[in-house]
Amino acid sequence: MESSANTENATASKPPAEQKWILPGWGLYQGLVVTAKNFIQSYYKKDRLTTVQYPEERAPISPNFRNFPFLVHDGDDADAGLRCTACSICEKSCPPQCIYIVLDRDENGKSKKRPKVFEIDLSVCMNCGICAEVCPFDSIYMDNEFELSKDDRFGDMLYGLDRLVKSTDYHAKIRPEQAAAVAASRKAAAEKKEAAAKAKAERLKKKAEEAKLKKEQEEKGGDAQDDADGTPTPPSEKGDTK
Amino acid sequence: MSRKENILSKPTLETGADEDQLLRVSLGPQHPSTHGVFRMNVALDGETVVSLKPVFGYLHRNHEKIAENIPYLGSMPYTDRLDYLCPLTNNHAYALAVEKLGGIEVPERAEYIRIITSELTRVMNHTVFMGFFLGDLGAWGSALMYAFREREKLFDLFEELTGARMMTNYMRFGGCRNDLPAGWIKKARTFVDGYDAFLDEMESLIVGNEILLARTQNIGQISKERMINAGITGPMLRAAGVPYDIRKVDAYGIYDRFDFKIPYGENGDCYDRMMIRFLEMRESLKILKQAIADIPEGDFVNPKVKSAKFKAKPGEAYGRIEGPKGELGFHLISDGGVNPYRYHVRPPSFVNLTLIEDMCLGLDLADVVVILGSVDIVLGEVDR
Amino acid sequence: MNFLANQVDLSNAVDAPAIWTTLEALPQLPNRLVEWVGFQMNAPAWLATLLGMLVSAAVVVGVFLTCFALVSLVERKTLARIQNRYGPNRVGPWGLFQPVADGIKMLTKEDIVPDKAEKLLHLIAPIMIVIPAVLALGVLPYGKEWVPVNLELGLLFFFAVGAMTELSVFIAGWASGSKFPMLGSLRAISQMVSYELPLLISAIGVIMMTGSMSLPSIVEHQSQYNFGFISNWNIFTPWGLVGGIVFFIACIAEANRCPFDLPEGESEIVAGHMTEYSGFKYALFFMGEYLGLFAISGLFITLFLGGWSAPFAGLEFVPSWLWFFGKLVCVIMTMLWIRGTWMRVRMDQLMRFCWLFLIPLSLLTIPAAGIWRFCGDGFLAGLLGWGVTIPFLIIPYIIITVILNRRLAPATRQYHFAE
Repeated sequence: MESSANTENATASKPPAEQKWILPGWGLYQGLVVTAKNFIQSYYKKDRLTTVQYPEERAPISPNFRNFPFLVHDGDDADAGLRCTACSICEKSCPPQCIYIVLDRDENGKSKKRPKVFEIDLSVCMNCGICAEVCPFDSIYMDNEFELSKDDRFGDMLYGLDRLVKSTDYHAKIRPEQAAAVAASRKAAAEKKEAAAKAKAERLKKKAEEAKLKKEQEEKGGDAQDDADGTPTPPSEKGDTK
Repeated sequence: MSRKENILSKPTLETGADEDQLLRVSLGPQHPSTHGVFRMNVALDGETVVSLKPVFGYLHRNHEKIAENIPYLGSMPYTDRLDYLCPLTNNHAYALAVEKLGGIEVPERAEYIRIITSELTRVMNHTVFMGFFLGDLGAWGSALMYAFREREKLFDLFEELTGARMMTNYMRFGGCRNDLPAGWIKKARTFVDGYDAFLDEMESLIVGNEILLARTQNIGQISKERMINAGITGPMLRAAGVPYDIRKVDAYGIYDRFDFKIPYGENGDCYDRMMIRFLEMRESLKILKQAIADIPEGDFVNPKVKSAKFKAKPGEAYGRIEGPKGELGFHLISDGGVNPYRYHVRPPSFVNLTLIEDMCLGLDLADVVVILGSVDIVLGEVDR
Repeated sequence: MNFLANQVDLSNAVDAPAIWTTLEALPQLPNRLVEWVGFQMNAPAWLATLLGMLVSAAVVVGVFLTCFALVSLVERKTLARIQNRYGPNRVGPWGLFQPVADGIKMLTKEDIVPDKAEKLLHLIAPIMIVIPAVLALGVLPYGKEWVPVNLELGLLFFFAVGAMTELSVFIAGWASGSKFPMLGSLRAISQMVSYELPLLISAIGVIMMTGSMSLPSIVEHQSQYNFGFISNWNIFTPWGLVGGIVFFIACIAEANRCPFDLPEGESEIVAGHMTEYSGFKYALFFMGEYLGLFAISGLFITLFLGGWSAPFAGLEFVPSWLWFFGKLVCVIMTMLWIRGTWMRVRMDQLMRFCWLFLIPLSLLTIPAAGIWRFCGDGFLAGLLGWGVTIPFLIIPYIIITVILNRRLAPATRQYHFAE
């Protein structure tokens, strides 16, 4: 970079003449004028006095605002409709590692594809939103609740499933756009899945009818289930089709 | 500098003088104007500083080592917490380094968004600097409150864009996390257009004030050769008369498309450092006006890149930007794994702080506080 | 200079409403009450006198402690508004009970004494800072008939007592056994001793004009009117204007207010001499500082702003003590305004400002006051007085500021722009 000849004998905004030392103390008077202006205008100008009297009135929260994650469940039953499959992707991606997940298993040790324990430590969480970004099951989202102070330093700060799970209605309330998009994509995926299942059932019927035909047809049925619109296909579903 | 030379010519601690005559004061870590938990062990002769040893590390959080043990994306929210006054430039620098490492293309709209957010951050940082600097000089908070009032407006913009007021975690490898919300550009334009008036007011409060002139002129001077040798960058170096700005030198992103100038001073004292920041804000507003007018439609992120699953071929990359405080660089070495093999930050605050003793020797205790303020440090970045 | 020839007594022309007359006598109410009770009970003369003195003292202390509470609230609210904040508004309506809450908080806090402190001196210092302030408040004339102690040498007494504050600040800094208080007390002692000089010297002109060191007679002298309506305040004369400005600046320095708040310079030496104090002792420091501020502002009003006298003829029906307190509020608000705007000066600049600027200027006011006095009374004499004294003051001022201190003038800076 070359230092140019473009020299300006000026401070930022004012023409040079005004910056000269006209009267001793001139700058001091200028400052007094500014503070007096602020003092008087703070009584009637809203953009001077921007303070919000917090507990009584609240500044609006922007729709994008994120704070602490929550888990979404479909339908009315929080237990049955839980979208989380305890895949642990969020647990691994979490930078401060504040998520703790235990997979629920039945007596035979087979995965139930749902978490037995899902805990987020509020005192460690830094509200970055990466868990919500990486979740392939549309299960974890960022809340906009920010009044989270608690009396108890240990127990109350550890959020278990009972406090984390919230309904889709809640999601739709705090983030209407995102919830609508997710609902639409899930609906599309579900329809696709249904169609695929139907196709599969038909194929199975066909298969039963035309017993012992080519095996390749089954593989093709698996391909049809891939999503086209970017929603990640849950790995467990892929596992099902194999 | 005759006063300084005169004092330094007296027998002092280093020259084996009477140690009992010196008053040793520990300025910090709990001191009102060390900008956090910084400490200076000062030996005073009267009120004159004869030795000053900076002590830091009180805010060490092991940032670099943590980054080596988590995926690349996981470090992004941590970079917000380096220089917590300007998170978006930190995001920008880190994203730039990873993009260099992975050879990732960035769509044009994303570049524009990055430049808008980075320049807004620069404006924010310099505005808040004015407030803190005046606080260090003993003005009872008025300038600081005006600066905070304006910063709130910027925070509202950032909240709407990124979802968080300070800890933005916004940039992604190959773009940004989300697109600009509807109406955001309009709000940003209103803010930028109204900011000149605020700067005028701030200048008439600060710039001509005779007490400030007397307190800051010819205080904390260092020659430009010395500064270059010490690796000092940013407004501090430019105030000393070196027009070095990475936005021009590297022209990273699309900075070469904008019409702006690099202000630089001559004396390199505290007053020049303050003035350079004022002038820089005006230049940033120029860039912002151009960028807001020109921003194209398109992708906000490179759709091919999956930030969460980012992996790089073995190799290394150094990405740097002109942060508000100086050259902010991230050095990454990849061994082909999910986590970086080595992750290093080149923090401008830390490097700019290295000459603090040379700047303060022979001056008053009151000047130490002013000089420290003029360097503009954030301890989150110094200690990492 | 009083234009006695032109003076018109307007005090009878305005028919003062009864309410104002009652208000004028209000501060005397406790004294009259005691006198009346004494009279009714046939108390001996010495007891009545003693009780009267005690009541006068109680009134002064009570009034100024209330003022302290109110001003601490007003200061916080005003500064808040200057900084575009609301200020305290949670305790009671408009935060009116905030001083009470502050007091309770201060009283219930733990009193910490450092290990290395001189325990006795550490205890004495905060008490010692309150006493001189209260003593100084005792000699000021607050109203036509409200002078708690009418001393013939009131001004001298005021300065003598006021100088004790320095001692207590130094004791506090020394006794704390800590480094920041030590630095603060060293700063305080040099600052206050230096600024005592312009304070005293600029008051000499007033003494010359009045011919008395009694504060009530100084106010009496200023409460007449020139041309029938402009009051004869000292600040309206050329020497008085210069002396008043110098006195006001020195007042700010004596009261340790911004921009001369070096002894407690928060951003540099934490809280100066108050660093190691907590709880009630800290509150006492706070109180002493405010009482000292009232005292020195009250003296400024008495010497230059006409004390309790009204600014224009025809306004005397307002009780005189209301004028005094109104002026006090104005002076304190000006100091707050300055505090909200300017930054602190450095120690060497502070000293240079005092010795190279304020003291020469205040010395000039003495001969200027002499010239003014010998120009005599009357309209033409007044013109002559202004004509002679103004060049006498302005030429040296220009010499001092523009020529002698030129090297201290800020340089204009060049900034370049690289492409």
